[in-house]
Amino acid sequence: MEKLRERAAAILADGTVSLVIGYEEGTKRPRPLFCHDGESARKLIFDSRCFHNLAVYLTKKELVGNGRFAVTATISTLRSIMQLYVENQLSEDKLLILTVDLSGTLREFVTFDEISAYVEQFELKRSEREQAILTRIEGMTREERWNFWQEEMSHCFKCYACRSACPLCYCTKCVVEVNRPQWINPWPAPVANMEWHINRAMHMVGRCTACGACGDACPVGIPIDLITRKMMEDMAPEFGYIPGLPVKKGNALSTWKLDDREQFIR
Amino acid sequence: METKYISKSGIEQWFKSIVDSGKRVYAPVNSRDQIEFKRVKNLSEVADEYVQTTQSIKASVYPKAEVLFSYEKEHGKVHLTDFNPDSIPETVLWKVHPCDAAGFKPLSAIFNWDSPDKLHNAHVQKTSVISFSCAMADESCFCTSVNGSPGNLAGSDIQLTMLPDGGAIAEIVTPKGEALVALSPTVFEADKGEDKTKYLVDLPARFSLEEVNAKLNKAFNSTVWKEQSERCIGCGACAFVCPTCACFDIQEDVHGSTGRRIRCWDACGFGLFTLHTSGHNPREHQSQRWRQRLLHKFSYMPARLNVVGCTGCGRCSRACPVDMNILEHITSIAEQ
Amino acid sequence: MSEKNTYLPYLMTIDKVTKEAPGVKTFRLKFQDEAEAEAFEFKAGQFGEYSAFGEGESTFCIASSPTRKGYIECTFRDTGRVTSGLSSLEEGSTMGFRGPYGNVFPLDEWKGKNLVFIAGGIALPPMRCVIWNALDLRENFKDITIIYGAKSVNDLVYKSELKEWSERPDVNMVTTVDPGGETSDWKGEIGFVPTIVDKVAPSAENTIAIVCGPPIMIKFTFPVLEKLGFRDDQVYTTLENRMKCGVGKCGRCNVGKLYICKDGPVFSKEELNLIPAEEY
Ligand SMILES: Cc1cc2nc3c(=O)[nH]c(=O)nc-3n(C[C@H](O)[C@H](O)[C@H](O)COP(=O)(O)OP(=O)(O)OC[C@H]3O[C@@H](n4cnc5c(N)ncnc54)[C@H](O)[C@@H]3O)c2cc1C
Ligand code: SF4
Ligand code: SF4
Ligand code: SF4
Ligand code: SF4
Ligand code: FES
Repeated sequence: MEKLRERAAAILADGTVSLVIGYEEGTKRPRPLFCHDGESARKLIFDSRCFHNLAVYLTKKELVGNGRFAVTATISTLRSIMQLYVENQLSEDKLLILTVDLSGTLREFVTFDEISAYVEQFELKRSEREQAILTRIEGMTREERWNFWQEEMSHCFKCYACRSACPLCYCTKCVVEVNRPQWINPWPAPVANMEWHINRAMHMVGRCTACGACGDACPVGIPIDLITRKMMEDMAPEFGYIPGLPVKKGNALSTWKLDDREQFIR
Repeated sequence: METKYISKSGIEQWFKSIVDSGKRVYAPVNSRDQIEFKRVKNLSEVADEYVQTTQSIKASVYPKAEVLFSYEKEHGKVHLTDFNPDSIPETVLWKVHPCDAAGFKPLSAIFNWDSPDKLHNAHVQKTSVISFSCAMADESCFCTSVNGSPGNLAGSDIQLTMLPDGGAIAEIVTPKGEALVALSPTVFEADKGEDKTKYLVDLPARFSLEEVNAKLNKAFNSTVWKEQSERCIGCGACAFVCPTCACFDIQEDVHGSTGRRIRCWDACGFGLFTLHTSGHNPREHQSQRWRQRLLHKFSYMPARLNVVGCTGCGRCSRACPVDMNILEHITSIAEQ
Repeated sequence: MSEKNTYLPYLMTIDKVTKEAPGVKTFRLKFQDEAEAEAFEFKAGQFGEYSAFGEGESTFCIASSPTRKGYIECTFRDTGRVTSGLSSLEEGSTMGFRGPYGNVFPLDEWKGKNLVFIAGGIALPPMRCVIWNALDLRENFKDITIIYGAKSVNDLVYKSELKEWSERPDVNMVTTVDPGGETSDWKGEIGFVPTIVDKVAPSAENTIAIVCGPPIMIKFTFPVLEKLGFRDDQVYTTLENRMKCGVGKCGRCNVGKLYICKDGPVFSKEELNLIPAEEY
């Protein structure tokens, strides 16, 4: 950790980067930290309790500016960064990755190839919580599943914390905000909530890297991360993906190949 | 105001008489790992041993989405159907925290600024609040810094302070409270002279409102907003759980030739909240929106409505996905 | 309980539709209920919320003068969901209106003074209301000058009224179009509004200047007026922030601690100095 702080302070001091986004100690758990100088870099921490997906900040111009910036990245963050790269939202010359590997060694990545090679070593496994709920849901009938989600979604008050926390929800005008035509009714109510959640899920197919940020963010405890996670798990083998590992270019829904199986078209 | 004693069995009997009276009773319930206000029929459903519900009771007097009026179009003519206050059922809120009840005043102040808000007022009129004073607090609570206290009576019709014997001190504050007592008058016994403050959590004030207000009045151009808000991701969580946030949107629910005009919760943290159709946005950056949040509560509301827009319940801090801790931020401004 | 529902609109019949410029229309609206028509009063500067049932509400100023009884008018540009919904309505159909909201131009205080109206683009509507108000009480005021500019000849609104005003001997009417916006038969000025104000150079002596237009126009007109000797309490403008309720409750129109829907939309430059320019 000391190495991380020193390195962060050094690259800020010598002008390699103008900003380091990392974690600091928060009220109960670590929280995101923005370091502009060596002084604030002293607050940096990086350990297994750091759960925020900092990739969410990397597409915000008002925060990262035009210069180069560094981010202390968890594996989840790195997966999102890869996906953002796939979607042409990040470029190598702006980004510097700092992370601490399992042996406690400080690692630095500059290219997306380096990130990709590193991330590939980590298998995407369901956490205990994810496994528990998903097993329950997978054991349900179609109708039970619908009822389960309907009950969960009925608690949604459309604060959009899930959307705001998701690194891949970077659209400046979200589909819920388009009013010509009004695709989704914007108030919280049973049907309007389903409209929002189905649309959100659809927009995430083949893009979600199962970081869980949306579920973590939801103040009313809806496990919405499991919807897009499950979709990713189901979709990946069909499209020759490795779950949670973004392909180098193209997306499931926006890429069309002559040899696509298309057996769903009848 | 009258103070009475009510025994454990008295509370049970009284609770039953309220439910039996046909009023809807809402109380904190533990479900899905969350403590939330839900409709209850039995006292056994009510949650125990928690500091705070995730959401406030705001929705009972300011629903998340509500029909302002409805209309029908026919041959170029339009027929309007007004909101009907009689459609709102009598509601009793059980086990409300004082910081939640105190939110009614700022909320009503916003809704009734100059012109009365018929809908909000109808809800308030039909709602009775039975609060429980607080014996527990956590690191996000700061009611004592914003004119409140764990035994604050503002906004309550009756307040119970639980005693070790399972009974409670009952402070009957308003005529609405008296009406609730009248449902089961015999269970309210003479006051035993117990000192209420002995049963309240000790929560020292963390900042002076006057000082914060004075600092904020000069802080519009401060760099503190950017510094504090960099990690804020601009969602509506803090506003939606807050007992005093009142911002709303007006939307149209159309079904062919009929429709309803709907008012629903909105939040100043959202990026598009102030966006003009022209594309110009006076609050383009999150730091400007964070500034609006704090200034509205601690500077504009005191100046315009003579009431602070925060009751110190700490919900926003607990709900924030990135740990924007309002107490920490306000304290740091006070100390600057 | 006979409390009024603030959000319930008056039902209005669209009595007359005038096409002003590309995408810009003026509606003349009449109250369907006679008692409501009778009781309705407003003053120059105020605005309202106009409903297209099925689309929602939009904020426009009342563009007609309070001296003209029996109807109100609004002029709007088709830019979004509500305005395009309104735009598709025909004469004789029903729409909604609630208001009047906001503060007013202090015409009473301006008695005995010269008035200079400076407007750009589609910002003439709020101005038109007060211009007609002043012209209908012409004896109350000294010289009246109107400087109005738009991008091109085609974009000028209220063309017949511009003609009427320019033909009046008691009005000094100056119209201008941005360079390149003129037609071959254009007889008015060519140049941006601030430049033309500088050229016309109205005297600041006992004069009130009312400036309405896009922010950029206002930004460049203020210094010209200052140069001409106008003090901040002699200059008025209107602000537009996004609105929903119009009555100080929905929380989105404030600039610092002032709410445009209640403390505005009319502000003197002196008042503007007290609120953060960043928020409008
Ligand atoms: C005091 C005041 C007076 C105005 N007077 C006029 C006028 O006389 N003529 C005219 O053409 N325009 C006027 N405007 C601007 C006009 O209100 C917007 O252009 C219009 O609301 C766009 O609505 P829309 O639904 O078509 O667009 P959408 O993009 O579909 O907007 C959706 C919603 O956003 C809100 N909104 C968006 N932009 C604005 C804005 N700039 N101001 C207020 N609310 C907004 C509205 O509530 C609208 O319902 C005025 C605005 C204000 C605040
Ligand atoms: S974070 Fe939760 S409550 Fe908020 S919009 Fe998403 S699912 Fe709904
Ligand atoms: S601002 Fe936060 S602490 Fe204050 S009343 Fe609202 S939710 Fe509670
Ligand atoms: S803090 Fe923001 S959302 Fe809450 S009432 Fe104030 S302006 Fe509205
Ligand atoms: S302070 Fe927290 S809860 Fe509020 S908008 Fe920012 S991220 Fe969301
Ligand atoms: S328009 Fe709603 S507060 Fe001003």
